[in-house]
Amino acid sequence: MYRLKRQFLAGPYLLWVAGFILLPLAFILYYAFTTDGGGFTLSQITAIADPVHVKSLLLSLKLGFFCTVVCLLLAYPLCLILSRFHFRHQSFVVFLFILPMWMNFMLRILAWRLLLSNSGLINSLFELVGIGRVKMLNTQLSVVFGMVYDFLPFMVLPIYNSMARINKDVVEAAKDLGANSLTVLVKIVIPLTLSGIISGIIMVFVPALTSFVISDLLGGGKVLLIGNVIEQEFMQGMNWHLGSGLSVVLMVFVIASMALLNIFDKDGGGAAVW
Amino acid sequence: MLKKRIIPAFCAVTAVCTLAACGTFAACGTGAADRSGAASDADNGTLVVLNYGKYLDHSVIRMFEEETGIDIKLEEYESPEEMYTKFSSGSIRYDVVCTSDYMVERLISEGQVAEIDFSGFSYYDNLNPEIIEASQIFDPENKYSMPYFYGTLGILYNTTMVPEEETDTWSILWDEKYADSIIMQNSVRDTFVPALRLLGYDINTEDQSQIEEAVQLLIEQKPIVYAYYVDETADEVAAGNAAMALVYSGEAAYAAELNEDLAYSVPREGSNLWIDSWFIPADSQNKENAQKFLDFLCREDAAMLNFEYVWYGTPNLKVIEQLDEETLSDATIFPTEEILADCVVYKQFDQDTTDRYNYLWKMLKSE
Repeated sequence: MYRLKRQFLAGPYLLWVAGFILLPLAFILYYAFTTDGGGFTLSQITAIADPVHVKSLLLSLKLGFFCTVVCLLLAYPLCLILSRFHFRHQSFVVFLFILPMWMNFMLRILAWRLLLSNSGLINSLFELVGIGRVKMLNTQLSVVFGMVYDFLPFMVLPIYNSMARINKDVVEAAKDLGANSLTVLVKIVIPLTLSGIISGIIMVFVPALTSFVISDLLGGGKVLLIGNVIEQEFMQGMNWHLGSGLSVVLMVFVIASMALLNIFDKDGGGAAVW
Repeated sequence: MLKKRIIPAFCAVTAVCTLAACGTFAACGTGAADRSGAASDADNGTLVVLNYGKYLDHSVIRMFEEETGIDIKLEEYESPEEMYTKFSSGSIRYDVVCTSDYMVERLISEGQVAEIDFSGFSYYDNLNPEIIEASQIFDPENKYSMPYFYGTLGILYNTTMVPEEETDTWSILWDEKYADSIIMQNSVRDTFVPALRLLGYDINTEDQSQIEEAVQLLIEQKPIVYAYYVDETADEVAAGNAAMALVYSGEAAYAAELNEDLAYSVPREGSNLWIDSWFIPADSQNKENAQKFLDFLCREDAAMLNFEYVWYGTPNLKVIEQLDEETLSDATIFPTEEILADCVVYKQFDQDTTDRYNYLWKMLKSE
């Protein structure tokens, strides 16, 4: 009886999963493998080999990679500082990093567009100090910048969590045995936070790889990621079959990158965050 | 063409929702239709109108409801493609729809449009015969559609950065001097117009080599383009982020309100003439009411209210008679005869050509 009740409680969630995850997924798969007439085809999938699609997929991978590296380089030292040094209001500082997530991410990106634009605030400042206008908006760099800005908290949180879990005694024991700070970092801290790092990488790389809104808003339509190609097929080209086919390929890339990273993630501790 | 002020991203979000909610969508749609059906018992029936956002004065709706006792239920949309999706999902039966020329043509060819019986109209003669004639490119016998507003595609420029005489030709959009301060439209057909006209080709060309020549020209242009925008174009130019942009005359009129330094020009090589038109869907349940509504829109007072609300070029001659010289000479609202002579309405491409354009467009964007 108790077990039945518990299963019943999962009902709404299962309905949600069925209606909004499995059903759309089934639609996508159906469209991906059919033609307009309804016949079976693989051409929507093999369309990824088209030079234009390859180009935008490679660009997505490249920008996603840079975004992830920058996030990691920013987040790891930050987490080290946050967890290592004890100062007052430590949790408040962590809170500050999460605070931007309370605002809609699109609004934040729109704000950046205003700041980075040709006659925006930053360029006005540049002109004031005599540097002159710099073209910042609508470049690959501005897109990566927007991604880093949006996804950084997803890197900080899992790493910080795994770091906070490290028993201080372990670090002290290492030091007692003569390890210097670098050895402690390389041999103790990094291995113990590996699961957090991997979670962070997945949580940043996957949305960066599939993103299309940020490249639309900060790329000015000049940076065509694979997400933008898919969006265009659905919205302008009215070619749902091709859009779905490319989506399936993208899904494969996402799953592959997650599987690859999971090999390194032995204890799976960090996965709890997502 | 339309007053669309949203960000493409929102469209995308809508798309995702539409996809995710295909099932639920149909359900809500039926609900809405049921409600409108229920209201019809009380009076002279209802009319479900589908139109661009902010494209119909609300007092016109009230006037029509008071005079005829017909209840209007207004539905709005942002882009012709969105209209097409809404319309063909079939969840709501629309009685009368306003949309862009090429979309009307597409729906006519799909057999989704009913003929309009203009012989029963009292005010159809108020409409400019020239605009009705220009509509023949998408409605050859003028029996499926009624023009509502029209305008051109041209260059919106900032007079403090660009001298007027230079905007006389599309080649200004390729001028290195204006690198990083040119905005193009993030839509296939519009952005191809300057390239095709500079090469001397028809904007409705289906010739593969001509289209490919045009895309080469656009690829050359891409490094000096600041951005490809849709809805934000006018705002960006008004804010001074760009010196000029390819825009519809309606957008230009809106931008000129925001910033008085802005002006609009249609280059001498010729451009696109757009005509937003009304049509009655073949499966409309209230065709008579729809005809009454269209006739009412041609009536002087209603047309005047709509013109003052929308501020685009109206085909209604009775309205034009009452306008002052300044309004009439505003080329942003009413293109001159000379300009109109070089402007052509978009024709809907066949599927192969559409696919080719879309592919070359992707190629341009991925450069």
